[in-house]
Amino acid sequence: MADSTLPTPHPAPVEPAPIIGPGHTFASVTDKIGAVVLSGRTPRWWFVGFGIAFSLLMLFLYSVSYLVLKGIGIWGVNVPVAWGFAIINFVWWIGIGHAGTLISAILLLLRQEWRTSINRFAEAMTLFAVACAGMFPLLHLGRPWLFYWLLPYPNTMGVWPQFRSPLMWDVFAVSTYATVSFMFWFVGLIPDLATLRDRSPSRVGRFTYGMLAMGWRGSARHWHRYETAYLLLAGLSTPLVVSVHTIVSFDFAIGVIPGWHATIFPPYFVAGAIYAGFAMVMTLAIPLRKAYGLEDFITMRHLNYMARVMLATGLVVAYGYMMEAFMAWYSGNPYEQYMILNRLTGPYAPLYWALMMCNVVVPQAIWFERVRGSVPALFIIAMFVNVGMWLERFIIVVTSLHRDFLPSSWGMYYPTFWDWSTFIGTIGLFLTLLFLFIRFLPMISIFEMRTLVPEAEVKEEA
Amino acid sequence: MPRPPIYGLMAEFTEPNELIAAVRRTREAGFQHIDAYTPYPIEALSEALGFHRNRLPLLVLIGGIIGLLSGYGLQYWVAVIAYPINVGGRPFHSWPAFLPITFETTVLGAALFAVLGMLALNGLPMPYHPVFNVPRFALASRNRFFLCIEATDPQFDRENTRRFLERLVPREVSEVEH
Repeated sequence: MADSTLPTPHPAPVEPAPIIGPGHTFASVTDKIGAVVLSGRTPRWWFVGFGIAFSLLMLFLYSVSYLVLKGIGIWGVNVPVAWGFAIINFVWWIGIGHAGTLISAILLLLRQEWRTSINRFAEAMTLFAVACAGMFPLLHLGRPWLFYWLLPYPNTMGVWPQFRSPLMWDVFAVSTYATVSFMFWFVGLIPDLATLRDRSPSRVGRFTYGMLAMGWRGSARHWHRYETAYLLLAGLSTPLVVSVHTIVSFDFAIGVIPGWHATIFPPYFVAGAIYAGFAMVMTLAIPLRKAYGLEDFITMRHLNYMARVMLATGLVVAYGYMMEAFMAWYSGNPYEQYMILNRLTGPYAPLYWALMMCNVVVPQAIWFERVRGSVPALFIIAMFVNVGMWLERFIIVVTSLHRDFLPSSWGMYYPTFWDWSTFIGTIGLFLTLLFLFIRFLPMISIFEMRTLVPEAEVKEEA
Repeated sequence: MPRPPIYGLMAEFTEPNELIAAVRRTREAGFQHIDAYTPYPIEALSEALGFHRNRLPLLVLIGGIIGLLSGYGLQYWVAVIAYPINVGGRPFHSWPAFLPITFETTVLGAALFAVLGMLALNGLPMPYHPVFNVPRFALASRNRFFLCIEATDPQFDRENTRRFLERLVPREVSEVEH
């Protein structure tokens, strides 16, 4: 933007947009967010969206039934690529979940008030994404009904799990993550459930929300402990989220396969997870704020900040790609060198370049102020990143496995219909849960929004 | 002590600052059994009410320690005592490999204690509570602020306390039935 007049004041240097629209009060935020759930009028697009999501969920159930009937031979996995879609999708989903925890925990500890209007549904997104993620290792077991063999419990077989295996670490990491995420989300919901209880027009609503709110009455004593618990949970979730994706990366890094056995994996995976998660939050937030007219609560400033987090984590991920290539060359290890050459020019090279396009090239557009201010542009970039992060996991899992040390054991991996249907089916599961969530629970934390309205300002020594 | 005829007296305020000022004056007047109800957490209010003691952090620490010891203990017991397997000649007590799970169980224990401890210390779930008998109390979860002087307070007197509360210029004073 070339301008001839010399001293150009930079437009809006500090705060480009407020974190809450003007003119809101305690009552207005309560009523506006509560109305989405309580008004009783479900918009038509909700039924359309839920219908599509539910159909996909049925596809998932169908695929799982067929899997149980036939075994994992219906997937494209085989030696040498025994991991395939199941692990790609597992890592992809769990990565998406991480932004929810990041937004709710880390940004809370950093006192980033703008997180308030997005943390609730980001946490819900975490929960649903973890549910989808958890499906894949279980289904991949081959005999999913025996999944409880993974748990350490005294059994008549007299065997115990092998705790030196990263796959056991996964069991503990993912189940802890799911439990803590659920508790964090539910604790955050309690005061809002009380609001819904007090405002629901129907008996069923009052009873259901009342039971879930557990008799919350907003006592100052309760709030005091509540805030302590919430803060401590945030403090616990922060290292937890880092540990979970670190452990997921150990699934790879502990192995000796070329392209996996790298110390950069944990930070690179964690950054990738946050990157993917923020992309997914944007993907969900943009249509939701539009559909429910919540532009006052999820403002351009939120989108702008999320875009910046995406840009920053995207650069870390790009650095990870660069380091993978550099270390392959610098290690002098012919297998590592071949691995990277195979990625760049081998049979899966188009996917590698598509990944570079989606994750490294396209997001650079976020550097431009105009792109950060454009909702459609941000949505498109977020979609690119969603695809890119999935491709990243595909590249990591498949290109490393399909050609390892011995050319005689090389092979190709092609996903089958059932690979795709299971994957798309989990998207159905995710969206179904999400549609139910936005219909029956407040998607924005009402009580935290109350703290942001001007009325809430407490005068010092009144 | 015989049960007082009512639970207490409740005053309603429209502004957080009014409530905080009212709480301060109530405390200065010597009332002890009081509680305030707000639609969102107000830090200055807990100070005005004068509670600083909070046992929750200690509980969370205990939960974390229990999680840590049981996580590590479980792995040690399984790998060394119950089901020792020689993996590439490594020691049975291969502690570095036990750390990831130990970390997870520590966080799990602490988080469980944080949530369940918060609920237990708050006496929740408690579906019935006398304050819900005040019809306007439903607004405590929306935009109104309430101060309740409980009848168990030694200074409580149905008439005098009501007059005292009215001097705080609330929007309304109501009796809280049991």
